[in-house]
Amino acid sequence: MLEGIMIGLSAAFSIQNLLMVVAGCLVGTFIGMLPGLGPMSIIAIMIPVAITLGDPTAALILLAGVYYGAIFGGSTSSILLNAPGVAGTVATSFDGYPMARKGQAGKALTIAAVASFSGGTIGAILLMIFAPALSSVALLFHSAEYFALMVVGLSAIAAFAGTGQVAKALMMTILGLILATVGEGALFNMPRFTLGIMDLQSGISFITLAMAMFALPEALFLVLNPARGASGAEGGANKITGLRFSRAEARAMAPVIGRQSIQGFFIGVLPGAGATIASFLGYAVERNIAKGADQAEFGKGSVKGLAAPETANNAACTGSFVPLLTLGIPGSGTTAILLGALIALNVTPGPRLMTDTPEIFWAVIISMFIGNLVLLILNLPLIPYIAKILSIPRNYLIPFILFFTMMGAYIGQNNATELLILVGLGVMATIFRFADYPLAPLLIGFILGTMLENNFARSMQLYRGLDFIVERPMTLGLLVLALLLVLLPSYRARRARKRAEGVADGD
Amino acid sequence: MTLTMTRRVVMAAAAATLALSANARAEGHQVLEQLHILVPGGAGGGWDGTARGTGEALTESGLVGSASYENMSGGGGGVAIGYMIENAESLDNTLMVNSTPIVIRSLTGVFPQSFRDLTLVAGTIGDYAALVVPADSPIEDMQGLLAAYQEQGQDFAVGGGSVPGGMDHIVAAMVMQAAGEDPTAVNYIPYDAGGEAMAGLLSGEIDALSTGFSEAIALADQGEVRILGITAEDRVPAYDTAPTFMEQGIDTSFVNWRGFFAAPGISEEKRAQYISALEAMYETEAWEEVRSRNGWVNIWNPGEDFRAYLEDQEQQIGDLMRTLGFL
Repeated sequence: MLEGIMIGLSAAFSIQNLLMVVAGCLVGTFIGMLPGLGPMSIIAIMIPVAITLGDPTAALILLAGVYYGAIFGGSTSSILLNAPGVAGTVATSFDGYPMARKGQAGKALTIAAVASFSGGTIGAILLMIFAPALSSVALLFHSAEYFALMVVGLSAIAAFAGTGQVAKALMMTILGLILATVGEGALFNMPRFTLGIMDLQSGISFITLAMAMFALPEALFLVLNPARGASGAEGGANKITGLRFSRAEARAMAPVIGRQSIQGFFIGVLPGAGATIASFLGYAVERNIAKGADQAEFGKGSVKGLAAPETANNAACTGSFVPLLTLGIPGSGTTAILLGALIALNVTPGPRLMTDTPEIFWAVIISMFIGNLVLLILNLPLIPYIAKILSIPRNYLIPFILFFTMMGAYIGQNNATELLILVGLGVMATIFRFADYPLAPLLIGFILGTMLENNFARSMQLYRGLDFIVERPMTLGLLVLALLLVLLPSYRARRARKRAEGVADGD
Repeated sequence: MTLTMTRRVVMAAAAATLALSANARAEGHQVLEQLHILVPGGAGGGWDGTARGTGEALTESGLVGSASYENMSGGGGGVAIGYMIENAESLDNTLMVNSTPIVIRSLTGVFPQSFRDLTLVAGTIGDYAALVVPADSPIEDMQGLLAAYQEQGQDFAVGGGSVPGGMDHIVAAMVMQAAGEDPTAVNYIPYDAGGEAMAGLLSGEIDALSTGFSEAIALADQGEVRILGITAEDRVPAYDTAPTFMEQGIDTSFVNWRGFFAAPGISEEKRAQYISALEAMYETEAWEEVRSRNGWVNIWNPGEDFRAYLEDQEQQIGDLMRTLGFL
């Protein structure tokens, strides 16, 4: 391994390759900030540039820089505008956006940068040590286990519901699951619930729904509710207080980052699970671990609630390189595009990559370290300027948000009907918001719905019934875990209530 | 702030494009001044790659002055087809890329139009289909697969990265039918994408995988899968260790083509220009570079040959889908 690291270092540390990392990170960060352009599209755009370089190592290093930059840039729009451009950064907005509203945008971006850096770096260390051994772990999961994993993800929704909101959260989750069934399912050759509208045939696009649920109602809310945002306490967004987090906050975050780097990495290793599940589960787990006031802070601007998904999604992105590099299996859309680029460069990932062309394998891993580091160094000084977006006066900021929301929905599909769908869903979401229904569970239900359904149907077809639940111990285990996740909070609440009553009686 | 960012990006992209076209000097004389290619799906997919790769080769070789691209997804490609038909008069310089699914989807009624509603230009590249098993599987050839299938029946699962009735399913059913089995009895397990189907195969969830030949080669090169058969009529010289179904007594062949269509009613002259530009492209170095980078196989099916070919394929797939109960 040491020898490999040396090969990788010597390959990565040429002037040309360092320039590539810097260029990749910059392009990735800036384009990634635009909602609607996730890592997948940015990498697709950059592939021709990378291929003209001719040198596979340089090309890969450039693309890795773009990839990390795009993930980081994506968090920015989640935090500042409540407009998550990719599913992996939805959970980032749960606490990142409230922090930004409290005037802590700079701090939130710094935390996101540090958490991303840590998740990515720890992930890369794990990748370096375990990649060969983990290739078999990636294949342990069958459709039945993926189905159970999605159930675990959904059961974590209880964690997003405030007190007394569990029923509402459940209803919104189910609405999300229903929206996920629109269009041609991957398992059925029939369009469903499209109302005969051809544009709905491929379903509702994630970006459109995310913009409609989060960014659009936010902007409308500001218009319809002018008191909010103008008042000093809530509208503190105008003045950006310190960029640094305190020592106490660092101490609070450290174990979260440690846990989520590892958990996120291992979830990322599973093909198809990826950064989205990792970030949701990371958020839910940390919220369950936190106690008392700490737990209540989640959703209102908790540093832990921001650090957890940011660490987990970056660690998971690194983890997704395990099946790509060791088996040649792309576990996500982004890695599928990277696989295409690799093959175009005459590099075929798979079990022989490490022995046939070790310099490429190691250069990729070393470039991850460099990419993460460069990203941190580049972005920390930029944060004050990026955060200034929020100090734009409201009458300019709102049209600005609306413009980017519309653009995000449009550029993903290049289809004007998306705008109509966006506005329709956005109005619905605004009504839900006024009625105090939580919108995050809807989006989570939507994201997990398709995977839940497809894996369930596949398992049913393979086992011709529900036998897979009893025949596969890991499936059963995950389902039991899901049940515990649902029951535990209400059990805790009941016990706390009993205890409170007991005290009262005693008096 | 954001405006300057985007401008910087645009400038970088423009600089890259300039650099690209600077070293590209005319190999042949220019046939078309400009070309706009409509991609019926999003950026990064197979259609997108074909459009951009072809456009790159055409401009680099000087056959076409400049090329632009437009992604228009929706309705499994139906939105773009509708656009081509509705705006036919203003789309003289536009070609749309498409592939085998245009035949399948118009059969299943995903969209109301078919290839007949467009001007056929040419089928340009193709990929054969393949059936593979994990490298450590006891199944050595198609005979072995059929024996295992007869023994295990419904427990023998064949996976693929398309919906039931989609291309991977059709290929698997076609092969089984040609081998004398009932194509409706094959337990086909659909996955959302090729990558997930590969993971399903290697994890042992499915017994065999129906996939594209180029993906199969990538996996076989890594020693992960064994290719049992491909849908070419003769072995492919570039990878001649892969046996055909034909040589194993299973009389079936299939090509997943990709090609170009123009708006209905364009002039015969314009159509001839498109055809001659694409035909001349095959001889250029620029095309050879793009083609080999993507592992594409050249096929050349211009104009009326293309129509005959598509009608043939529609018949073949339509018959099978009727047997399978999808129509």
